[in-house]
Amino acid sequence: MWRRRLLLQALGRLPALAARGPPLGSGGGRAYAPPAGGFEINLDHRKLKTPQAKLFTVPSEALAIAVATEWDSQKDTIKFYTMHLYSGSCCFLKLWITVISADFILQTTLCNTALDNPTQRNKVQLIRAAVKFLETDTLCYRVEEPAALAELQKKEWDPIVAWAEKRYNVAIGSSTSIMGPSIPASTRDAFISHLASYNMWALQGIEYVITQLKSLILSMGLIDRHITVEKAVLLSRLEEEYQIQRWGNVEWAHDYDLCELRARAAAGTLFVHLCSESSTVKHKLLQD
Amino acid sequence: MAALGSPLQTLRGLLRELRHVSGRAYRDTAAYRHVLAAFRAHRVTSEKLCRAQQELHFQAATYLCLLRSVRQHQALHREYHGRGERSPEEVAGLVGFRLPRQPGGKG
Repeated sequence: MWRRRLLLQALGRLPALAARGPPLGSGGGRAYAPPAGGFEINLDHRKLKTPQAKLFTVPSEALAIAVATEWDSQKDTIKFYTMHLYSGSCCFLKLWITVISADFILQTTLCNTALDNPTQRNKVQLIRAAVKFLETDTLCYRVEEPAALAELQKKEWDPIVAWAEKRYNVAIGSSTSIMGPSIPASTRDAFISHLASYNMWALQGIEYVITQLKSLILSMGLIDRHITVEKAVLLSRLEEEYQIQRWGNVEWAHDYDLCELRARAAAGTLFVHLCSESSTVKHKLLQD
Repeated sequence: MAALGSPLQTLRGLLRELRHVSGRAYRDTAAYRHVLAAFRAHRVTSEKLCRAQQELHFQAATYLCLLRSVRQHQALHREYHGRGERSPEEVAGLVGFRLPRQPGGKG
């Protein structure tokens, strides 16, 4: 059952003909805009399916290549917990994934629902869940003591909150109380209307990133390419980093969590960008 | 955005990660070709501030972060968490015993 040697090909598919298009390698001069059909992946000359045996199709060529690389990096055993993009896309196809790998039994429930949609949420519910996170946004919860941490929070988090306020023309406060900031309804509406402009795939990705980083503001910063993934993860873990600097780093816990969070945030961001872009390559005529 | 570094560094890092993933034949993989083609296509532009270039660079940096952190996560897992149970020989060896060898099999 374990596939030892994986040969990977991504094919383009035309929906009207329900037939396979030309293989990727021979598609020279292919524009970046993906065809309406979507892309499949072949493993060992068989089509890749989701765990619920649905055909695995993604709308973006780059995403298909990335998932193919994920499968390629599995050596002797298949570790689904490292295949964030594949799991994320599969989750969009309605499934809770239970995986038995050679080492241990792992149950992976992926909230990044794309191909399978286990909780069957529609767009409105997704957006509402995402905006609800604003009330418990990490960046809005400040501490009062220790003073050094409060200072660090102010120094690092305030610029991002200010950027978000300016970019979306909203008012987001920060508070030190246990109840959190009071978010005005206009802010909420602004975010709802902004998120409504993304398609279903991208929304799943956005919601995944928000859940991982525990912050709507940081996720919007990532989606808008304002901050890098490493910086977003650092800001999300600001208190932990402060404690690490104070008390020392425990590699098997801190670094482990850091790498996992980075991987998930990066996968989510990549997912959103690849699913919501449509780029074409324009060749300008050389003028001489 | 300013903290992205140069595109060349990102490209080099990406190729290194792809080499880790695929081993010797990394130049034949679709990912390698796609990455190189994308970087080449967006290299030449007459505009001073090319949004498409920056978008691609950000995407490339994100993908690099993903590959790198997955690899580091796996390495950490292997080193600290993946050991599993000890075999009976190892357990016996902990206290200095050796398991008996029975030529006719057990029992």
